Amino acid sequence: MTANAHLEQPARAAPGTPRNGSPQQFGRQAVTAVPMLWLLVFFALPFVFVMKISLAEADIAVPPYTALLTWVDNKILSIHIDLSKYLFLFEDSLYLAAYLGSLKIAAVSTIFCLFIAFPIALFIARQKPETRIFWLALVMLPFWTSMLLRVYAWIGILQSNGIINSVLLELGLIHEPLALLQTDFAVYLGIIYSYLPFMVLPLYATLEKLDETLIEASADLGARPTTSFLTVTLPLALPGVVAGCVMVFVPAVGEFVIPALMGGPDTLMIGRVLWDEFFSNRDWPMASAVAIVMLIVLVVPVMLLRSRGRHSLGHG
Amino acid sequence: MTSLASNRSAAGPADAPFVRIEGVTKRFGDFVAVNNISLDIHRSELFCLLGGSGSGKSTLLRMLAGFEHPTEGRILIDGQDMTGVPPYERPVNMMFQSYALFPHMTVADNVGYGLRRAGVARREVKRRVAEMLNLVKMGDFAHRKPDQLSGGQRQRVALARSLVRQPKLLLLDEPLGALDKKLREETQFELMKIQTQLGTTFIVVTHDQDEAMTLASRMGVMNEGQLVQVGEPRNLYEFPSSRFVAQFIGAVNMFEGVLVDDEPDHVRIRSEEAGCTFFVNHGISSAPGQTVHVAVRPEKIRLSREIPPGADNVVKGVVDEIAYLGNLSVFQVRLGTGKLIRVTLPNLDRHEGTTFEPSDTVHCSWGPSSGVVLAS
Amino acid sequence: MRRQGLFVILMTFAGLVFLYAPIVTMMVLSFNSSRLVTVWGGFSLHWYRELLNNEALLDGAWLSIEIAALSATAAVVLGTLAGFVLSRFGAFRGKVAMAGMVSAPLVMPEVITGLSLLLLFVAMEELIGWPAGRGITTLVLSHATFCMAYVAIVVQSRLAQMDGVLEEAALDLGARPWRAFLDVTLPMLAPALISGWLLAFTLSFDDLVISSFVSGPGSSTLPMLIFSKVRLGVSPDVNALATIMITIVAACVFLYAWRASTRLGRRKSGAAGTQPSGA
Repeated sequence: MTANAHLEQPARAAPGTPRNGSPQQFGRQAVTAVPMLWLLVFFALPFVFVMKISLAEADIAVPPYTALLTWVDNKILSIHIDLSKYLFLFEDSLYLAAYLGSLKIAAVSTIFCLFIAFPIALFIARQKPETRIFWLALVMLPFWTSMLLRVYAWIGILQSNGIINSVLLELGLIHEPLALLQTDFAVYLGIIYSYLPFMVLPLYATLEKLDETLIEASADLGARPTTSFLTVTLPLALPGVVAGCVMVFVPAVGEFVIPALMGGPDTLMIGRVLWDEFFSNRDWPMASAVAIVMLIVLVVPVMLLRSRGRHSLGHG
Repeated sequence: MTSLASNRSAAGPADAPFVRIEGVTKRFGDFVAVNNISLDIHRSELFCLLGGSGSGKSTLLRMLAGFEHPTEGRILIDGQDMTGVPPYERPVNMMFQSYALFPHMTVADNVGYGLRRAGVARREVKRRVAEMLNLVKMGDFAHRKPDQLSGGQRQRVALARSLVRQPKLLLLDEPLGALDKKLREETQFELMKIQTQLGTTFIVVTHDQDEAMTLASRMGVMNEGQLVQVGEPRNLYEFPSSRFVAQFIGAVNMFEGVLVDDEPDHVRIRSEEAGCTFFVNHGISSAPGQTVHVAVRPEKIRLSREIPPGADNVVKGVVDEIAYLGNLSVFQVRLGTGKLIRVTLPNLDRHEGTTFEPSDTVHCSWGPSSGVVLAS
Repeated sequence: MRRQGLFVILMTFAGLVFLYAPIVTMMVLSFNSSRLVTVWGGFSLHWYRELLNNEALLDGAWLSIEIAALSATAAVVLGTLAGFVLSRFGAFRGKVAMAGMVSAPLVMPEVITGLSLLLLFVAMEELIGWPAGRGITTLVLSHATFCMAYVAIVVQSRLAQMDGVLEEAALDLGARPWRAFLDVTLPMLAPALISGWLLAFTLSFDDLVISSFVSGPGSSTLPMLIFSKVRLGVSPDVNALATIMITIVAACVFLYAWRASTRLGRRKSGAAGTQPSGA
């Protein structure tokens, strides 16, 4: 996930790169060290503990897991590694189903988001610069408001005595309330709804930079609008498409709030499984193992997609 | 193509050089941007570095300013070794190509910035800023922001800002590049006036040969990281030392030939390409039989209907195209060998049809001192 | 403005309806005196009154504001440093790792971030005794970490737009690197820093999942309280709360958009208004 770490061309050093050992060099190192150390301690280091605890056993204690290293009689260092959590992950079909279910829901939602977001991004990018920012604000406003509340808003609409069912009953189109909430459909809807702005923004960022004369040139050379779109706009917007897909797909796989509030008991998503292992079963090692496997599962699609940058989230 | 600057007094080589560039090389990875350049620049000179994009001229300028460090060699300014001296401690200021005016500060704050950094008292800052703005005729704009100024006004503010600290050396990166043609010509003269008035040493980087010829008391031509030739503009134009310089500065007709006669006071070169023999009235101390080039500037060639006297420096051709430019006309003449040459004639009369028409047969001739023999 | 295809226009408006229908519904319902979503019982501020009497919710809101302000401030400092280092220091050892760690939190599933931070805090308490227990400290540390990623990206993209020549000009005029940063870089970054701070504030204020992992007893943030309420079904005072929050955010966002738009307009007319004078 180091998309924007494109290495500087070897030719261009930073302006005024100071020499080793100078006071400026010291200043630079100090300035670099602060965010670096923070990230190492609070972002990278925690994964070591997740890894460690996933190899421990659950225990009724505080904290609720066994130690990996113990001193037997203060002399012998005993290492206790427990792989049973991982074995259990593969034995119990619930986990596999949850992983696959999450991937499927996230993938389908990502594709829907892409199709809904693209025309919106295109529409905004084609506005005059002064009005663009208003349209962008209109689309991004939900992103700035609590996702929890926006998900909650859907509950009132979808529930059995909610707005949709009442209207349909009133019109006589149905005679019994439809089960809309607590279904997979509701989860799809919730994810598409919540993550749509994350798709619009990177798409807009690339489309905005698109040189309009390229479209005019392709029209001049005989391309109809659809052909222009497919042969010029779309290929040039590809980095934005990739960035948007990553921004939606990856967090959606681990989504917890939406399946918890809108999904049914049979909506299996791995984020919810992790949550339940941790909060309901208090099985920290199991939750850790679930997290480790989720990370591994996510690294593969991200690696496939990461060829292009994600500098797109600039306009926040 | 006149050198307006040449009549101004450039300090003679007897003085100690003010800026001394000693064997400076700059590599970025495998790429050699500046290749072993040595150059002395004297106090109060207006020196132009002329070169195409990627010739290394800007890198050299950035090394003088302290933004890049030489990979090899060193730079001395006023006798002081600049190695390891950061930009903010150098007695040097720079006028950036994009002007780099701070958009959030007013014109006065921009100009005063360098003085405030030097710890100059507030009243003194005010006085010197006003003085400098008057010098560049921007006194009325002190409280504007840069985005409320035109390109030419921004250029003046940038100049004022870089001069206000009274640097020993002012570096100007394409100072007139962003201006349109008319404004550029006016500004050239103003820049020269300010330079003479203040006596500051200027080093100007430009890709525009007219600009360099106009401004420079001396200039250096750069190509692929190397300094190809240094001299006064007139010298570079009339006595280029290589084919590159001859072709880079001004238009030129280049002929390949073989040295047939090399005496102390003249040479003769037989050129199959031109279909004639060149006579040049100075020696070049080279062995007969060597392949050389002869360069003749288009304005040094005369056209006539009759055969001029003499056997050398004359060639017959047919007028191919004529471009009327107002002050002069450019003729393209096809020689008997098929080679096209370029001849410019001033339009002395207002009448039409007094000169030549396309497909006229003409004789092209030039004087014994017009051709330049180039061995490289 | 370029000609818009009919399809694009229709899809955009359908998309906006999709985005806003639930929000508008919720806002309307917040003024409904009836508890049922399907019955309009008349206009009423009943649920707002109820909200103001809900001590627990107000305490949670205050706690969330405190945490969000602290985290946003820390995130702006850290994120600015990270963004500056990544875009201005050229290549250095560890740059790739740093860039990765800056951008990964943007997509990392929250359950993983939350769990891993909790495990870190537990281990840290065991090893060095700090942070003791879980509460505001752990919440702020966690929020600052994931918010700093957003700030760093905002700062980085702003710095990428303004090439380094302005900083070079300051150095050339005698400013030391720190001075150049304060005089030139920081003022140029100011709008990005303000929007970065606001973004970090809202992200922290809205966070449920990470907070749930790293908070301790007695430090329930507003989203945690809402979540437990909402799990039990629709409760109209949440509508009122949502309406208040969305109104505040909308006001801020559109104020910002309006200012940015007029600034853009002014620059355009300003440039056109000044004729080049050939004095």
